[in-house]
Amino acid sequence: MTDHKRLALHDLHLSLGGKMVPFAGYEMPVQYPAGVMAEHLHTRAAAGLFDVSHMGQVILRPKGSMAELCHAFEAMMPVDVLGLAEGRQRYGLLTNEQAGILDDLMFANRGDHLFVVVNAACKAADVAHMQAHLGAVAEVQHITDRALFALQGPLAEAALAPLVPAVIEMRFMDVAVFDTVFGPMWVSRSGYTGEDGFEISVPEAGAEGLARALLATDGVMPIGLGARDSLRLEAGLCLYGHDIDTGTTPVEAGLTWAIQKSRRTGGARAGGFPGAERILRELADGPERLRVGLRPEGRAPMREGTALFDPDGTPLGEVTSGGFGPSVGAPIAMGYVASSHAAPGTRLEGEVRGKRLPVTVVPLPFHPTTYKR
Amino acid sequence: MKYTKEHEWLRVEGDLVVVGITEHAASQLGDVVFVELPEPETMVAEGDEVCVIESVKAASDILAPLDGEIVAVNSKLVDAPALVNEDPTGAAWFFKMKIDDLSVLDAFMDEDEYADLIG
Repeated sequence: MTDHKRLALHDLHLSLGGKMVPFAGYEMPVQYPAGVMAEHLHTRAAAGLFDVSHMGQVILRPKGSMAELCHAFEAMMPVDVLGLAEGRQRYGLLTNEQAGILDDLMFANRGDHLFVVVNAACKAADVAHMQAHLGAVAEVQHITDRALFALQGPLAEAALAPLVPAVIEMRFMDVAVFDTVFGPMWVSRSGYTGEDGFEISVPEAGAEGLARALLATDGVMPIGLGARDSLRLEAGLCLYGHDIDTGTTPVEAGLTWAIQKSRRTGGARAGGFPGAERILRELADGPERLRVGLRPEGRAPMREGTALFDPDGTPLGEVTSGGFGPSVGAPIAMGYVASSHAAPGTRLEGEVRGKRLPVTVVPLPFHPTTYKR
Repeated sequence: MKYTKEHEWLRVEGDLVVVGITEHAASQLGDVVFVELPEPETMVAEGDEVCVIESVKAASDILAPLDGEIVAVNSKLVDAPALVNEDPTGAAWFFKMKIDDLSVLDAFMDEDEYADLIG
């Protein structure tokens, strides 16, 4: 793994028994000695600490007004940026002219600038893309001296509040900055597990102290990428490069909730983003295919790439994420199927090792979310 | 008990060979969530893929360690795949084989040799 970058807390992960694997250019802990199943269930029952410092952190600082920056950012995404209130965060999608998805991201209005978190594998391209499209109106600052943690689960608030009492005032998708003994902490009440929890950006110098303080708290366990993947799959959340990519549109991906009215036909700032023609047409007429939840009827997992058919043998699409859902207690999957076969309850077949096995379209998420609204 | 390079254990029981996966293999696989077994009374050749094991991480195969006939399978594993992690060398046997000549087992690794293999 000599070509891969190390996390600031690499040695801490090793000392916790983390099994390191290459992921998105980094050596990342895929699991700790407890194992994926136990880590997953622990996060849903108590709290899990994830080191997600591989992800990209970017500050967009306006050269002129915030409104000018927000307008320019709206020209990159089918999303309402101008309407996002200070202290709030929103999900966004960078699209291309073909309406494909370049990346998905979270962006926050922090008063005099925007703070953006993007996927690790896309971060260099995203920063260049933002520099090209926003460079005239903003400083695009790639933050590389901060760690990023996710603290997720029903005990997340109880674990963080002794260190930062004001977090109890935050609700889902709020963001705030706190001065702490670990340095200035950038906190959002959000995550990638379907659980209540926080994402915490902290200077690298304070990262180990924060991680150790949280891990010393009752109920907090370190969680690897393996459980992060099964948790997000149960929550019905897309993994970039698998469930969404440049070959899928936001409408096909079922992410229409991320396209606010202001950007749709008839809205105050309709269109004007890459791929608008196709995205607005798919919003009006429906897409040809849709991302759906899938429940295999047997115990055999249907993994990424599993071909899907209707019962008379017509190919319909394929699985884009699949595995075993520890909290569901059964195999679960997501994939794309022709819109004619996307209604919950539709019975399909998936081909596993040459055999066609029954699978049913189900609503997402597989596991109810517990965000603090 | 004898061991294969594919991390299976072989145990003689009367005139049959019982086959399972080692503790090392089970721990490398992680939590097992699905097991597919062969039909009993199947003739197999060494190296045939006879079982599928899926863990939370990935799918893998168990290969027939010998030429012979599969005479019994442990159907408990289908309903309780976690047994593979809980008791890999005991309750989680996979299948029993009838082979022509039990002396071929002498060629497989013993416990010390297997311990060296997995370091």
